[in-house]
Amino acid sequence: MPDTEKRPASAAYLAYLEQRRCSRRRVMAARILLLAGIILLWEAAAVLHWIDPFITSQPTRILRTIVTLYREGGLFLHAGVTIAETVAGFLLGTLAGTLVAVILWWSDFLAEVLEPYLVVLNSLPKIALGPVLIVWLGQGMQSIVAMALFVSLIVTIISVYAGFSQVDENKIKLLISFGATKLQILRLVILPASIPTIVSALKINVGLAWVGVIVGEFLVSRAGLGYLIVYGGQVFRLDLVMASVIILSAAAALMYQAVVLLEKYVLQWR
Amino acid sequence: MGAEVLVTVNNVSMTYHSPEGEIHALQDITLQVTEGEFVSIVGPSGCGKTTLLNIIAGLLTPTGGEVYIGDKKVTGPTSLVGYMPQSDQLFEWRTIWKNVLLGLEVQKKLRPETVAFAAQMLENYGLAGFKNAYPSQLSGGMRQRAALIRTLAINPSILLLDEAFSALDYQTRLLVADDIKQIITRENKTTILVTHDIAEAISMADRVVVLSKRPGRIKAVHDIRLTCAVRTPLRCREAPEFREYFNLIWKELDVHA
Repeated sequence: MPDTEKRPASAAYLAYLEQRRCSRRRVMAARILLLAGIILLWEAAAVLHWIDPFITSQPTRILRTIVTLYREGGLFLHAGVTIAETVAGFLLGTLAGTLVAVILWWSDFLAEVLEPYLVVLNSLPKIALGPVLIVWLGQGMQSIVAMALFVSLIVTIISVYAGFSQVDENKIKLLISFGATKLQILRLVILPASIPTIVSALKINVGLAWVGVIVGEFLVSRAGLGYLIVYGGQVFRLDLVMASVIILSAAAALMYQAVVLLEKYVLQWR
Repeated sequence: MGAEVLVTVNNVSMTYHSPEGEIHALQDITLQVTEGEFVSIVGPSGCGKTTLLNIIAGLLTPTGGEVYIGDKKVTGPTSLVGYMPQSDQLFEWRTIWKNVLLGLEVQKKLRPETVAFAAQMLENYGLAGFKNAYPSQLSGGMRQRAALIRTLAINPSILLLDEAFSALDYQTRLLVADDIKQIITRENKTTILVTHDIAEAISMADRVVVLSKRPGRIKAVHDIRLTCAVRTPLRCREAPEFREYFNLIWKELDVHA
């Protein structure tokens, strides 16, 4: 228990608090300055013709492109398509990975048989299978979602299965002493005890799903931020490429925060 | 006493197999525990005392001999046995109330009367106010108490405590042992406690069984008779005979660092 006695704080403690606040403010200020500095420098360099904005784009042009995209209704279409594909990808990847991990936990034999295959699949860059997925599933969203799913699947299986194996043996023993069946052990201890592992897999999968989706969109798509990036690159509209990248970073950051919120909600008992 | 024999361990032997070879954990253990008795089993580490407890609990099948509870042969986990593993093992994601009901839930015995019994027990032992708390909000002693109530909720005929207090710090441990012993006495449960702590074994038990080094055999059995006015584990440690039992068992354990 920390010392929570109500006592007037000493001068030294107040000074400490003040110093802490001060150092936090300085970090925040430096962060904002850094971003503002980069934007200003970029803009100035373009205006003063130190760099060629045709190749490097420039902040005002990017902003104008985003506004145009918004007016033409393309902003939410492209961002929406990509976000939908990513959400579908990481949810399916986490779900399918957890399901396979449950099967491996259920059968030690299967787990042992499949171990080397998982190791090989894990080290394989999943993106290499992109063309195969397109041939199998056709040109369209389904291939892109499959790509995102596949990128996160193997690592989810491995990490969630490892989480299952680390559940305290004594907790399982306790349940067995009550006469629990294997299904009850799974439901009452293995799954709930592994929720932190599954959520952390989910967090990793958000990042991986973005990679899968963007690569998928590079290969096949008629909409989405990845499509805009490839299209912009091909017709040399770097403004469009940069604008898409910036929208992408914003969407990725927001999604990550959403998962962090979900984590807090699910793990209330901590 | 003249009470009935509740647990009969008959010539039990246990051999483990591993790629490195065979491990003889237990050899010819024969033991009887009568109703209402508190028996401690002590032995050097690795002597198979936990194995013995797991066999009585039906969690392991012995390679030789058999165990009876009452006149029923133990062939697997039964609701006659309440097993308490090392440390409290409360499920952190469940509230205290949900933890206490765990055994009933597993055994599909969540009936009004069993639930009321569990609630009454929480009430009796001062945890009613913590029903909706999570284990992380409770002190070590309260957690141990909740774990005991979880075991008692299935109303077993015998309690098996497997180094139940070993995860606690020394002072908490003395207090928890006191607390748990009082509850067990009040509920009048037959108990077998496995521990490596000689003082704990003597202070809590009516009888101490000393196991030898591997393969574990019964080396000695001591009926504990301590002269103390209030028979609680903490006060029993002050009894004049306590030291004698301690020294005797210490020698029998024959541990060299």
